[in-house]
Amino acid sequence: MSTADLTELGLAEARDGLKAGDFSARELVDAHIEAMEAAQVLNAFITETPDLARERAAAADKRIAAGEAGLLEGLPIGIKDLFCTDGVRTTAGSRILDNFIPVYESTVTAKLREAGAVMLGKLNLDEFAMGSSNETSYFGPVRNPWRRAGDPAAELVPGGSSGGSAAAVAARLALAATGTDTGGSIRQPAAFTGIVGLKPTYGRCSRWGIIAFASSLDQAGPMGRSVRDVALMLRAMAGFDEKDSTSVDAPVPDYEAALTGDVRGLKVGVPVEYRADGMPEEISALWQQGMEWLRAAGAEVREISLPHTKYALPTYYIVAPAEASSNLARYDGVRYGHREDGGNLIEMYENTRGSGFGDEVQRRIMIGTYVLSAGYYDAYYLKAQKVRTLIARDFSDAFGDVDVILTPTAPSAAFARGEKTDDPLSMYLNDVFTVPASLAGLPGISLPCGLNGEGLPLGLQLIGRAFDEETVLRVAGVLEEAAAFDARPAQWWREA
Amino acid sequence: MSLDKATVTKIAHLARMKLSEDRLDHMVGELNNILDWVETLKQVDTEDVPPMTSAVRHSLRMREDKVTDGGYVDRILANAPDAEDGFFTVPKVVE
Repeated sequence: MSTADLTELGLAEARDGLKAGDFSARELVDAHIEAMEAAQVLNAFITETPDLARERAAAADKRIAAGEAGLLEGLPIGIKDLFCTDGVRTTAGSRILDNFIPVYESTVTAKLREAGAVMLGKLNLDEFAMGSSNETSYFGPVRNPWRRAGDPAAELVPGGSSGGSAAAVAARLALAATGTDTGGSIRQPAAFTGIVGLKPTYGRCSRWGIIAFASSLDQAGPMGRSVRDVALMLRAMAGFDEKDSTSVDAPVPDYEAALTGDVRGLKVGVPVEYRADGMPEEISALWQQGMEWLRAAGAEVREISLPHTKYALPTYYIVAPAEASSNLARYDGVRYGHREDGGNLIEMYENTRGSGFGDEVQRRIMIGTYVLSAGYYDAYYLKAQKVRTLIARDFSDAFGDVDVILTPTAPSAAFARGEKTDDPLSMYLNDVFTVPASLAGLPGISLPCGLNGEGLPLGLQLIGRAFDEETVLRVAGVLEEAAAFDARPAQWWREA
Repeated sequence: MSLDKATVTKIAHLARMKLSEDRLDHMVGELNNILDWVETLKQVDTEDVPPMTSAVRHSLRMREDKVTDGGYVDRILANAPDAEDGFFTVPKVVE
């Protein structure tokens, strides 16, 4: 197989090829390093670690030869730069951590390493995962590998916050990548770049060693080019961890085995409240098409109601900033990261945090500080947590009638850089379909199901019951087969 | 209710962030827009609704109260902008 061919494989296919001895881990990793280095114009990686990757690939080849291969042995993947990696700079996309080199490894990346996966580098993201376009990164925006037919000059965003992960997987720089999702940060970029992204149930993957944004919402998950690939990644990432007090002690199933292709008799809910005014016709048509595909496969589609849907975004934009302001209090210039001197201790804090954080992060810290401040806590934070209860109840009521919920992933296809940066609220609206499941802690997947009129990918989302990733994956597998999505971005960056 | 610049300045101080006058001016408008928008939550009747404290129902685990980690000062100080004699340092706080 030629080098270029090796980047054409999916994660599961590459695993099978290594097992069959068709190529070595070193060859597979070298092919991806070459692709990564040829795509720097995308700015998908903040830190590339090719030497480390070659070293680990060589070790993987030895383990394969010895018959000791792990689940992901020798498979090159990218890691969102929010996961702490021992000895490898971890920035969270922020100036305040631009020189931070962890002395420990996050649980999820440790599990991936243990499974034999080979890290290619650390992927770009919105600063502290706060954003929906990857434009808030201190290390510059990521470019979406997709371009509008007829307007190739427009630089499109890859979505966010896991924008580097999405771009790297879509551009075939990595077989798969880790992402994190707080309000849609895996699913929305997956939709914008034509790949599959899964946010597991809250508590499925350990949060230990992942730089915290909003602790009651943050969840790590896999991004890949097929449902099977994310099922495989999830199996390696998930599992109980005593270092995370909200990690759930439950067995990790073989998620690939859930892909039976059989959804006969399954009940699929379609929430009437998601028929937002002004939804582009293409997205509503794709949604309709999704229902028809599932009906044709033997599932029963019925309307459901999630009456508190319209309150989900305002609830999220109280809860998430409140938790962020508390989590980000630790960046004070004393123990790690950027420091800017001042005449006294308070000035040192203020100078450090004034210059170390970017605009969006500061905006959210301000909101969070305000809603948690004396006299406002009940009116904002407590109220939002009560509404959150009602949003979660909507879902548990709905799951009395249906097994899975089908919605669009995002209200639009990828937009151009700068289009929404002047108005924070218009950026927040990107997460309108993903935030409700996040608030309820439920698993959700986005998969590419079609193209819009400009040739850009559009995604559909499936939401499942807590800890029922298997049903979500099974239904996603059926949709994937029906959609037969095989469009891909032209590799224009190789000619640039 | 809307925030004035004095209140926004106070919040910035509480959050320990030095913002330029220009940024503070901008922030007044942005924060008010966001707070106006979240006002819609007032329409929801939450009488007798408990606040959600956990995304997924589970009880916190107990463990034995013993030291399980530690003893590596060098690693802890490895990223400190300024460390001395095994300690983090800060500007002088006592005269």
